[in-house]
Amino acid sequence: MKVPLYRLAHARSGDKGDGSNVGLLAYNQDCYEIMRQQVTPAAVRRHFRGIVRGRVERFAVPNLLGFNFLLHNSLGGGGSASLKNDAQGKTHGMALLLMEVDVPPRFKLPRVGSTGALAPAGQLREPSRRGGVATGGRRSPRRKT
Amino acid sequence: MRAKTTIRIGNGQGFWGDSVDAPVRMVEDGPLDFLGLDYLAEVTMSIMQKLKGRDPKAGYATDFIELMARILPTMKKKGVRLLANAGGVNPQACRKALFAAARKSGVRKLRIGTVQGDDILPDLPGLVKKGVLLHNMDDNRPVTDIMDRLLSANVYLPTTGMVEALDRGAEVVLTGRCTDPGLTLAPMVHTFGWAWDDWDRLAAGTVAGHIIECGAQCTGGNFSRWWEIKGWDRIGYPLVEVAPDGTFVVTKHAGSGGMVSVDTIAEQLVYEMGNPRSYITPDVVADFTSVKIEQAGRNRVRVSGIKGAPATDSYKVSMSYRDGYKSTGQLTLSGPDALAKAKICARALWGRLRRAGFTYQQTRTEYLGVNSCHEGIVGEETLTPEVVLRVSVKDPDRNKVNRFGREIAPLVTSGPPGVTGFAGGRPKATEAIAFWPALIPRELVRVDVRMEDLT
Repeated sequence: MKVPLYRLAHARSGDKGDGSNVGLLAYNQDCYEIMRQQVTPAAVRRHFRGIVRGRVERFAVPNLLGFNFLLHNSLGGGGSASLKNDAQGKTHGMALLLMEVDVPPRFKLPRVGSTGALAPAGQLREPSRRGGVATGGRRSPRRKT
Repeated sequence: MRAKTTIRIGNGQGFWGDSVDAPVRMVEDGPLDFLGLDYLAEVTMSIMQKLKGRDPKAGYATDFIELMARILPTMKKKGVRLLANAGGVNPQACRKALFAAARKSGVRKLRIGTVQGDDILPDLPGLVKKGVLLHNMDDNRPVTDIMDRLLSANVYLPTTGMVEALDRGAEVVLTGRCTDPGLTLAPMVHTFGWAWDDWDRLAAGTVAGHIIECGAQCTGGNFSRWWEIKGWDRIGYPLVEVAPDGTFVVTKHAGSGGMVSVDTIAEQLVYEMGNPRSYITPDVVADFTSVKIEQAGRNRVRVSGIKGAPATDSYKVSMSYRDGYKSTGQLTLSGPDALAKAKICARALWGRLRRAGFTYQQTRTEYLGVNSCHEGIVGEETLTPEVVLRVSVKDPDRNKVNRFGREIAPLVTSGPPGVTGFAGGRPKATEAIAFWPALIPRELVRVDVRMEDLT
């Protein structure tokens, strides 16, 4: 079964040297294992073929159940020299979460909802007029550290 | 004397242009011992050098002075001490402006420590003569390749200077280029008296600084599961409660919006990260794979276990230089067939320029709403109800770049139907700035601390 990475992980990106970095963080050990096998530098390079002009490096961050990817030459020059709308790679994290991976038929997907329009309807409530409480109702998934 | 148990260090500014009210909320809405404000992105330094070139009294973050007029009285009353790299390329001018603002807001006594030595632009010819060629860390070219186009050159200073200023009683520490995490590390070294070879604790303070240096990015801002965040309109900025052993809790003031969870902190830990095993600062090399994070209550995350290794024998220098001119223009295309018509506009624009004899070193065509962010990843939607065409050029020739700006508006009447959104006049050429990262041996850099009192 193919699922987008946002069912297994969350991410953040920014600029780094001549390119961008994406930190990809699994929701649990099983998701981490799937990422370790399938979200390889080559696969990420292929996914970002329209964006990345250099090589892709991957570093494990096992204590956060994550991987850090360096996407070299992905900003069209970077900083104020770039002509790109996203000259700082701010959206590359969301881009990686759109990559699809294979999970076994019985694989238990974490209960975390998903990104944007695909989030379960109940999760996209209008903000309370009174200001509401400070934190979200849904618990973060447990993370082994 | 401050009790040497736990100290609270906050961040109220992640970059120049961040919320103007966040630092006020940090000082007023809860207990705090130190507040750090980060104003300096790489591009900021080049802008400040240009301003200083025109006016010797300019070249620092002017927002900071307005802000201080608002918060100084409360800071004094509560005993909050402040560290800011708002000095830019002119910390002395910033200090003078700050004294003036303090007087105006009724503050009678104020001790300011300024930390300088980062600006090596005037020293560069001498350094090059000595054979220090500041090779580009990405492509290894010597700095002599761009000497005639250099705008700024600043060393990321070690945190020693800020600590010295605090030790000598500074209520406000003003710096030029320092490391962002240093704004958080300095109060810890000052308060707890950590040694400069206590690598694990220096690493812990550096990680704490890394987590809070981008303001609300660790309290719910930019969080992948955005639908879990409440109170965006009053999002809290972060603070760390640090123990003498370097373990700390990340939290925010009670009653503020946003969220501090294991996941919001984990995302910020990997932000702008390179090799997670060696996060290099002038003070220490921190190992991010040693970080242990756990939820320790509502909006409280405990961070511990951090390991560090000895600092390297060089400092990083960030230089910026002129890299030609660029210009960007936009047009809005309504449906039906918004994307198809946007493509016709783009082809017409580039074709017209070519016929008029204008070609460019670099051009770019983007369709906002379709592919400007996720090109090659998300398919082109056929049902896009409207699209923004974004076209850009870059070239060493300013006149050519300005000619491009005159070719956009004609499409409103000479392109397909439904073209609009051309407001604000012809886009003009602006200078493109590029960066040059390099390393410099430690012994060539002098950190200079000056203390001055408002009298």
